[in-house]
Parts: sequence; C-alpha cells; structure tokens
Amino acid sequence: MKIIVNGEEQIIPAMSVHEYLHSIECDPMPIAVELNRSILKKSEYRTTFLAEGDQLEIVWFVGGG
Amino acid sequence: MSQHTDTWKIAGREFRSRLMVGTGKYADFRQMAQAIEASGAEIVTVAVRRVNISDRNKESLLDYIDLKKYTLLPNTAGCYSADDAVRTCRLAREAGLSDFVKLEVLGDEKTLFPDNEELLKAAAILVKEGFTVLPYTSDDPIMCRKLEDLGCAAVMPLGAPIGSGLGIRNPYNIRIIMENVKVPVIVDAGVGTASDAAIAMELGCDGVLMNTAISGARDPIAMAEAMNLAVRAGRLAYLAGRIPRKLYATASSPLEGVIG
Repeated sequence: MKIIVNGEEQIIPAMSVHEYLHSIECDPMPIAVELNRSILKKSEYRTTFLAEGDQLEIVWFVGGG
Repeated sequence: MSQHTDTWKIAGREFRSRLMVGTGKYADFRQMAQAIEASGAEIVTVAVRRVNISDRNKESLLDYIDLKKYTLLPNTAGCYSADDAVRTCRLAREAGLSDFVKLEVLGDEKTLFPDNEELLKAAAILVKEGFTVLPYTSDDPIMCRKLEDLGCAAVMPLGAPIGSGLGIRNPYNIRIIMENVKVPVIVDAGVGTASDAAIAMELGCDGVLMNTAISGARDPIAMAEAMNLAVRAGRLAYLAGRIPRKLYATASSPLEGVIG
C-alpha cells in the first residue's frame, strides 16, 4: 500500500507503526511521530496499524538556535 | 556575589548559568559539545526536523548532549504560522519528553523578524496545553506584556536580527520591557561578541540566548568561554551598580598636596 512519509511516497506491506519504524531502523532513535497530523504516543506504536494513504511525519532533534 | 548564590528560575526550575546556547552550525557534534561545555550553559536549544528516511546519518545530536546535565529547549525555527509552530512543539514534547519550548513564528525570510500576531495565537494554544513557553519576540514592551499575560514563562526579545551580530540595538526598549514584565527577560538573537552579551546583562536582563555568535566564530570553543565570562561579568556589574554617566571629569586622586 501507499503511504506518505515525511512528504515522500512509500510502498509498504501492511504493518504497525512500530514495525515500520523498525524496518527503516528508526526505532532506537529519540524521535516523535505524527500520523495524519495527530501526535502518536510511543505507547501507541505497536497498536497502531498503517492504512492506505496515511501521512506520517517522523522527526528528531537537530542542531539549531 | 558568586554564581552559586545568584540563581534564577524559569517556571519554577532553578538555573545557575544565565547563558543559553544553540546547537546549530558547528563543524561537527564534537565541536558543539566542547563549545557547550566551555559556555557553562545549562539550557541548550535544538531544532525539530524530519528524519531523512532514505539516507540517514545514524549519529544523533542527543548522543552528544547529556540530558542529566542540560535542559533541552526545542525551538520552532522555520515556522511561519501558528499552526506549524504548535505542531512542532507537540512533536518536540513527544521526542524530548519536556514541556520547555522556544516559540518562534517568523514573518519574513530576509529579516527573520517575528510575526507577533501568529506568535500570540500559538502561545495561547501552547500555554493551554501545558507547555512552558519561551517566546522569541520583537523588542516591543507591549508585545512582551501581552505574552506574559497569556502565561508565557519568560519573554525573549531580540537584540538584533537572528545571526546578524549587530548587538543590542535598542537597550532602552529592553529596559522598558524589564520594567513591564515580571517573568524573566532573555535577550535572544543579535549578539555578535562578548561585549554585546555583557551589555545585555548590565541592562539587568535575566539571561542571554545565542548561537551564531559562538558557532560562527573562528574558534567557537574560545568564544563560548568568552561568552561565559561576559555573561557573568555583565551580571556582576549589574548587581554591583554602575556609576552614573557624567559629561565632565571627576578626579580620582586627592586635590590636596599636589607638589609645586
């Protein structure tokens, strides 16, 4: 199925947010996830399954002033 | 007065250092960590950005910042609307598990001056959601009072445009702001060198926040130390009380007993 991750289209099999983050090696990182413009709490990653057309934002901290 | 007794508080949290530093534009994370250490800062700002999914540098900024020692202050740099700034703050809280945010809503790419209308909107929402909001704003006493009235934990008027190094362009407004609000006043942006930081502190500001002045210096680690000393010197001078300015001289040596 098609989802949008950080503005880019991705084709992925059905999976949870936790599984997706693992697949892109993001799971051990201090990140935050927004699914369809709502914050997803870390405790919800395993129980939230991605659906066709979902929009994910995955962010972390970078240098800034 | 030693630094140990001269503490200050933001939203009930006590700090010793009055210098807050950014983490942007360093040659590498190692240099950044050394500069932060040399600055003596306890609060460091960070930006919130998309993870690069396809080509990720696995090293995280947070590998270089000891969260037991430093308080993270995520910013909303690059946001031009209240909506984007609020979204960014919510993400920052989830990533960093802290309520502290440096709220900036920009109005213009060339000046990076704040869009104060959007800033007020965002601040109102974030305060209601329990954030500790530190807003970057103009050196405008009325805006600062409005931000305090909304429940912001501090106000952060600019000294000059971000990254400009022009120093404190309107010290008189900064003084009026300090008379107008009870929350801490932190000069954010515009500092170019150590004397600018000292001037901000001599005016009686509670703190100074800077990034480019340190990271952009030829030797960022030495400049971080200079800023550390300048902020402490400026604070001490403020507490000590400067002499009044006079047009004519007053002799320091006795007038009596001059030979001849």
